[in-house]
Amino acid sequence: MDYKALGLVDDEFDSIKDILGRLPNNLELAMYGAMWSEHCSYKSSRLHLAKLPTSAPYVVVGPGDNAGIIDVGDGIGVAIRIESHNHPSALEPHQGAATGVGGIIRDIFSAGARPMALCDALAFGEIIKRDDSLDNVLNNKRQNSWLLQGVVSGISWYGNSVGVPTVGGETVFDDCYTSNPLVNVLCLGILPLKRLVRGQATGDGNLVVMLGASTGRDGIGGVSTLASSGFVDDAYTKRPSVQIGDPYEGKRLIEACLEILDKNLIVGLQDLGGGGLTSAASEAATKGGVGIDIDVTAVITREAGMEPFEIMTSESQERMLAIVPPSNFSQVEEICKRWEINLSAVGKVTAPGADASPRFRILRGKETLADIPVRSLTTQAPLLDRPSSPPSDLHFRSQQDPAILPAPTSCGEDLLKLLVGNSWIYRQYDHQLFLNTLRLPGHDSALLRLRSPDILFSKKAVAVSVDSNSLWCSLDPYQGAAMTVAESALNVSCAGAKPLALVDCLNFGNPEHEEVMWQFKEVVNGITQACLDLSLVVVGGNVSFYNETNERDIEPTPVVGTLGLIQSLEQPLCDLKQIKGDSIVLLGELVDHLGGSAWAKVIHNHRTGHLPPLDLRFHADLIRLLTDLISSGIVHYAHDVSAGGLGVALAETAILSGIGCEVGTISSHGQLFSEAPSRVLVYTDQPNKVLSAARLSNFNLGSSSPQAQVIGEVDGEFIKIGNLVNLSLSKATSAFNLSIPNALGETVC
Amino acid sequence: MRFAVLIEVRLREGLPDPQGNTIAQALPALGFQQVTKVTVGKAIRLFVDADSETQARATLNRLCLELLANPIIEETEVLSLVAS
Amino acid sequence: MRTRQALNAGIVVFPGSNCEHDVALALNSVNVTTQFVWHQSCSLDGLDLVVLPGGFAHGDYLRPGAIARFSPIMKALVDFIDNGGVVLGICNGFQILTEAGLLPGALCKNKGLKFLCQNTKVRVCSNISPFTANLPIGTELDLPINHFSGNYICDTDTLNELESHGQIVLKYVANPNGSLHDIAGITNLDGNVMGLMPHPERACDELCSITDGMVLLNSLVHSLDS
Repeated sequence: MDYKALGLVDDEFDSIKDILGRLPNNLELAMYGAMWSEHCSYKSSRLHLAKLPTSAPYVVVGPGDNAGIIDVGDGIGVAIRIESHNHPSALEPHQGAATGVGGIIRDIFSAGARPMALCDALAFGEIIKRDDSLDNVLNNKRQNSWLLQGVVSGISWYGNSVGVPTVGGETVFDDCYTSNPLVNVLCLGILPLKRLVRGQATGDGNLVVMLGASTGRDGIGGVSTLASSGFVDDAYTKRPSVQIGDPYEGKRLIEACLEILDKNLIVGLQDLGGGGLTSAASEAATKGGVGIDIDVTAVITREAGMEPFEIMTSESQERMLAIVPPSNFSQVEEICKRWEINLSAVGKVTAPGADASPRFRILRGKETLADIPVRSLTTQAPLLDRPSSPPSDLHFRSQQDPAILPAPTSCGEDLLKLLVGNSWIYRQYDHQLFLNTLRLPGHDSALLRLRSPDILFSKKAVAVSVDSNSLWCSLDPYQGAAMTVAESALNVSCAGAKPLALVDCLNFGNPEHEEVMWQFKEVVNGITQACLDLSLVVVGGNVSFYNETNERDIEPTPVVGTLGLIQSLEQPLCDLKQIKGDSIVLLGELVDHLGGSAWAKVIHNHRTGHLPPLDLRFHADLIRLLTDLISSGIVHYAHDVSAGGLGVALAETAILSGIGCEVGTISSHGQLFSEAPSRVLVYTDQPNKVLSAARLSNFNLGSSSPQAQVIGEVDGEFIKIGNLVNLSLSKATSAFNLSIPNALGETVC
Repeated sequence: MRFAVLIEVRLREGLPDPQGNTIAQALPALGFQQVTKVTVGKAIRLFVDADSETQARATLNRLCLELLANPIIEETEVLSLVAS
Repeated sequence: MRTRQALNAGIVVFPGSNCEHDVALALNSVNVTTQFVWHQSCSLDGLDLVVLPGGFAHGDYLRPGAIARFSPIMKALVDFIDNGGVVLGICNGFQILTEAGLLPGALCKNKGLKFLCQNTKVRVCSNISPFTANLPIGTELDLPINHFSGNYICDTDTLNELESHGQIVLKYVANPNGSLHDIAGITNLDGNVMGLMPHPERACDELCSITDGMVLLNSLVHSLDS
């Protein structure tokens, strides 16, 4: 077997020979090929990710296990994890997205948590762009629309059927994602902490048991050929690497595994994802400090005549690996039978040898097919410090500021073009199952009651938001990433929740390109700084490199998913129904700064400039002030100012509430569309209390301009903003709701 | 004997077929003016063991009626039945 | 005899069902005690009400409800119905009841060929059966739907019978899925079996903003109590 075809390079092949003290056989080579792929080894990113702050008193499990686990009190844990499925979705959007959902759900119940909600961060090339005159624009639009429809139908199909509601997310459009969409899926789970289980193998002689679907040839080589290299035009030949999802099997696996865990029958649980059985078994063995023997003849296969390397690297979906004490096996079998889940004991845990180096052995009956030191596949995989340097046009990018752009002839018309609602998308997702969804999708963050069949009487709730902004990060990856974290945290606090922790999905181009590596390092540094200043920790993440098509890298796109906590649902919550007649107060400054704005990008295709300044300590104060205002009931509703600036923020609240607004203070298109960070609109019938609370907090220190001011009120059937905008609410609402279906040429009934 | 079978399940005539309509509506834009009357159903492949073709068909009739189709909205047709 | 005792409902759970816990919460909130009944079970003894909840029984892979109707519990369900027992099928439960021939007609894919999760307004069109006996005709309720195949269809004769016997219980005010005559929920001829596509259990909680599901469930509980 040619090692290069497995994605291994010469140096790596030499290392393998050194580790084994001999030439590897084909099976061993395939296993190294999978585990040393970028996807499994994080070889380009591990070094840098180590900087991220990961520990806090409430973190039970941090990055590196199946899911991050947060202790929210009362013996309740919240599990959270995010993962990308970009490359499979580019090839087969329906199945690619569906299996992305399936995979992340398995990560959550691997930890003993019941998956309770999904959020997706999706990014596609433009579908709405008005200029259809060029053939390639039209073709791209067609392809992007096909990808969007396929991804949404895949998430809808799998998520709805497996019985996990999709409660939030974001969808963005930018031509850098043409042919390479981003499909990042976040799953949230809830567990009694006593049910927590780790993805580790322990106990000499314990059985290694595979549960779930049979092992087929689907997805072989997925991690090395799909996720660890870019696309060229003949990408369609890679299609066989895409897996097929089975949500019905997934649903029964959830129920069977949770029942097994409730009865305390196993010591470890790990899902089979990228790298298949090789990855799951070697990761579990590494974490437990043990060896594992697998007998390939015991693996239930879908097709006859599968080679050992195919069995060991297959990425067939809906499979789990459980570490079962032999005395419990029959009880596990009993539960699986009830849920119609197939299982097979495929191996056993072995004690480390005399040289204290646990082995991963693959057997065929009595014949040994592979014998590898476990850790050489996992923690001792190659670690790269790839060269990095800033893009050559960085200086140019910051010089050409959108301030040079002409003022709009009609701010109202520009505003309409910036209103892209995603109800077409979330209507296709079951977003209400479990009756925990305390507000419909479409707000800054999803708000969920923490309740599940095993935790019926909690008063707690969590808010979760996923956010990204590739334009910000392309102009300044360090500050852009910090602003993304800041926005995500602010979104969570707009629901009244205190932001605690985040997961990140770092989507980048080819790490072999020096400027991509530079972007990556800057982004990690930006996230780190924002976390430190906002008292947030990172409890999990995923890196997706090689997002490129025909050598064109995507813009750096860190997706941040932030989790916030509401201690008691007895505290006042935001409620849009109460805002009629309210004053609108802007917390934060009114600024005229269009760098990195959606307005410049969407209206003028202007992608350069410098970002407005970010003061993270001020931002931390703002978050504190906002959560205090909401929990004391002074504020009825809050909405942060982000993509599209104040104009879009005001319009969105008007559209969602069905009541117009009259705003006076805003006097220029710069103020209307600026995306300067650390600003939020609050809706209140006690504006004086808001203003005095703002004065009393640390919030105004060191600033000369007003940091909290009444800018207007909620009333009428128009969105009126100074002399700039006078839009009928019904026109804005239909632009908002119909932008996506219209672009797709669909009618909405 | 073992028979390899291909069964078509289709909507009964006269019922709305949004899937078929969607395809039909897309055709002219793609230059397939010559294609008309599109309907969408399901094709199911299976093997059936029986002593004779007649017996196999009897089994299939029951299978179609009781499981593979909902007779209120669907009809079935055995498109091919080949001894294998 | 049982007037002051809580009603006892059985919620049938198929592999792939997913609304069973939500239905239990909603019924508990109107003082009905609940128990789950596994689809392999053969008995529905001692129950005042049986609910077939929403979800994707057996993955809905052939057709929604097509395989569920072969579960052992279905025979017990037929007996339960024949003895006058009250059965409510919600969404996938409605699909199962039509597949099993316990309700007339069938549920096809939505006209827009998309899964739809949204609030809808339905109107009470008949109050002969216990399900709506306490609701005036014309009552409008806000109830969420959550389905891909909710487009009700039946032949003209069946439709005429449904209309003339007051079996059409709920109609959509604005038809979301192409359903024949805007039908959202029907009963059998005897009025003891109802299927509906909207999810009343999703509208029983102030915190989740709409509560009209309780109006419907309370009406049913009131009829069963008296």
